[in-house]
Amino acid sequence: MDAIFLQILNGLDKGGAYALIALGLTLAFGTLGVVNFAHGALFMLGAFVAVAFNRIISYQQIVLDPVNKTAWGTPVEIRTSYAETLFGDFGLFLIDYSVPISVLIAIPVMLLIGIAMERGLIRHFYNRPHADQILVTFGLAIVLEEIVKHYFGANPIPQSAPSIFSGSANVGLWLGLGENVVYPWWRLIYFGFSAIVIFMVFAFLKFTTFGMVVRAGMYDRDTVGLLGINIQKRFTIIFGLAAVVAGVAGAMYTPIFPPDYNIGMQFLVLSFVVVVVGGMGSLGGAVAAGFLLGILQSFASMNEVKQIFPGIDQIIIYLVAVIILLTMPRGLLGRKGMMED
Amino acid sequence: MLGKSARADWILLIVFSVLVLTAPITLTPIGAGYPDLLQKFAIYGIFAIGFNILFGLTGYLSFGHAAFLGVGSYSAVWMFKLFTMNAIPAVMFSLLMAGLFALLIGYVSLRRSGIYFSIITLAFAQMSYNLAYSVLSPITNGETGLQVRQLAPADRGPDYVLKLVDEDLRWVDQAFGVVEEGIPITNLFGLKMSGYPGFYFSAVLLILAFYIAMRITRSNFGMMLKAIKSNQNRLQYTGVNTRPYLLAAFVISGMYAGLAGSLLAVTDPLAGAERMQWTASGEVVLMTILGGAGTLVGPVLGGMIIKGLGSLFSSYNENILNQFFSFLPEPVREVAVGISALFVGEGWELTLGLMFMIIVIFVPGGILQGFTNIIRMFRRKKPNPAPAKSEA
Repeated sequence: MDAIFLQILNGLDKGGAYALIALGLTLAFGTLGVVNFAHGALFMLGAFVAVAFNRIISYQQIVLDPVNKTAWGTPVEIRTSYAETLFGDFGLFLIDYSVPISVLIAIPVMLLIGIAMERGLIRHFYNRPHADQILVTFGLAIVLEEIVKHYFGANPIPQSAPSIFSGSANVGLWLGLGENVVYPWWRLIYFGFSAIVIFMVFAFLKFTTFGMVVRAGMYDRDTVGLLGINIQKRFTIIFGLAAVVAGVAGAMYTPIFPPDYNIGMQFLVLSFVVVVVGGMGSLGGAVAAGFLLGILQSFASMNEVKQIFPGIDQIIIYLVAVIILLTMPRGLLGRKGMMED
Repeated sequence: MLGKSARADWILLIVFSVLVLTAPITLTPIGAGYPDLLQKFAIYGIFAIGFNILFGLTGYLSFGHAAFLGVGSYSAVWMFKLFTMNAIPAVMFSLLMAGLFALLIGYVSLRRSGIYFSIITLAFAQMSYNLAYSVLSPITNGETGLQVRQLAPADRGPDYVLKLVDEDLRWVDQAFGVVEEGIPITNLFGLKMSGYPGFYFSAVLLILAFYIAMRITRSNFGMMLKAIKSNQNRLQYTGVNTRPYLLAAFVISGMYAGLAGSLLAVTDPLAGAERMQWTASGEVVLMTILGGAGTLVGPVLGGMIIKGLGSLFSSYNENILNQFFSFLPEPVREVAVGISALFVGEGWELTLGLMFMIIVIFVPGGILQGFTNIIRMFRRKKPNPAPAKSEA
């Protein structure tokens, strides 16, 4: 029982990341009708916003100690970060909380990147075949990755969560399952964070006028346009929003998995599978499938399961995707008429 | 139509063969005249021709073709390990295995079309890749990659544990009493498959592959595939079951990939899982698009350009760039070197990505279409909207 519960927890944070990326992909697809293979690169860019912010904020000043010497006779280096010198305790706070703060920074940055991407590139591909869209965004993803690789190197760069969250939460005790169900705080927070972001996106679409117009546009773009609404502008903003969702998902994920330039591609392939399983164009489907596949994956990586089906943890997601696509062509919650030819 | 273009086709085939066979001479001035690179051109040419049979003719974009390349490589290396270093059985076995594999994957994935097809093939390729790294390690030797090794000792006692990934048997070669010194090289009935003989082996197969692709494109079967591309629904309304045609095209193109994979193994008897990664699938898509999807020569050209530029750009470093820009004044040179260093050496992938975007944005028909457009521009004719011309 404990083990099963733990696996569900394990799946939730990964599922959260899948769901957030898949949500953005679906938003872009549902509004603009564009298959965006560069969405994983946006996740990666978000992660590297966190990395860059951490680098800047913890930039260190090195002073040589005039008195003390090391064992080798060289002066001891005293490293203090500029943030500490300038802001004192607040500077230390900034360093410790660099990941959550960079999530806030990622919002405007990713919004700009997303809108620039839509206006600069995607706009020209509305009426091109999906194959062209896939190819051009695939090219863009490679370009973005290589630029990041050039500036940050090819190795994963670990980030740390705020020290207060570095331990594990005794989840078992809260739920009366005993002492041995413990789980890292940050992963729990990631799950909560993804749930909040998902809720916010849904609320934005459901309860604001802007969201209402966007939803109307998703169903019938032409009619909304005929009513005198500049639907294109709103769709562009939605694309920016999708980029923000991917970006904050990436920034928050850095303490869980050290990002390298290739992290976006790894998540992208899985997220596409998630979107297709959930049903192309269905937001609820994307979220549901994200969590479902995340949990399935963590169950498949249990030793007991691996003994029966060796290697199942490596392929479970793809296997489920293939089965679902063959039995339910529209995915779990797909709309009729979406991507059917 | 078929009869009239037959002579043009023969001319094309002959010109193509002459160009391929004289490549060691004609490509020397641009620095591509060494056998390793030429062999790569030929192999990726075969891969791209095969991919084009599926993508160019039917419009089905497979994102998992690298899996067949990997299967071909693994099968070939196993033939080398178990039976003989002769290239022919290895190529045959790879064709068979890749064909079977493609039949299986194609049967499942062709139930969907459009982006769903792309995703399913991608999923299958990722599955193969992940499995090759983990559970299938006894067959694939995991991260190290499958290699041709030295022979297992002849007098193996009953307690001897044979580890096939580390020791080879080569039954056939042993039966014929081939003496091996060190790790053997692949051969064709005694002719060593390294250097120019290796290139000519691939080149002959490339010409053969080109010929077959040409016959397929011109045949009724090829017509049917093109009909699927232009309007599958209408074809189905007329009572045609399109799936057998699609499956046949998928298997053929999978076998081409398997052939390319086995030739890679003939060049260098080592097969690694990274050959199956989906970025490798993306590369063959780019080759086809770059040259011109749906054309015969285009994919070969695309493969040559990408592999050629790849080896050229990766070999550059800052010193060479400094020499190259030495005519510029110092500050300008630094900027020029700094910027161009982004694109060469390890940054070659960046160039590749940019090329990908530029091609798809500006010349979706590939460079062959680009050429025809330019020629038209000079002839001051209005461009023909129908892309029917460049079948060559």
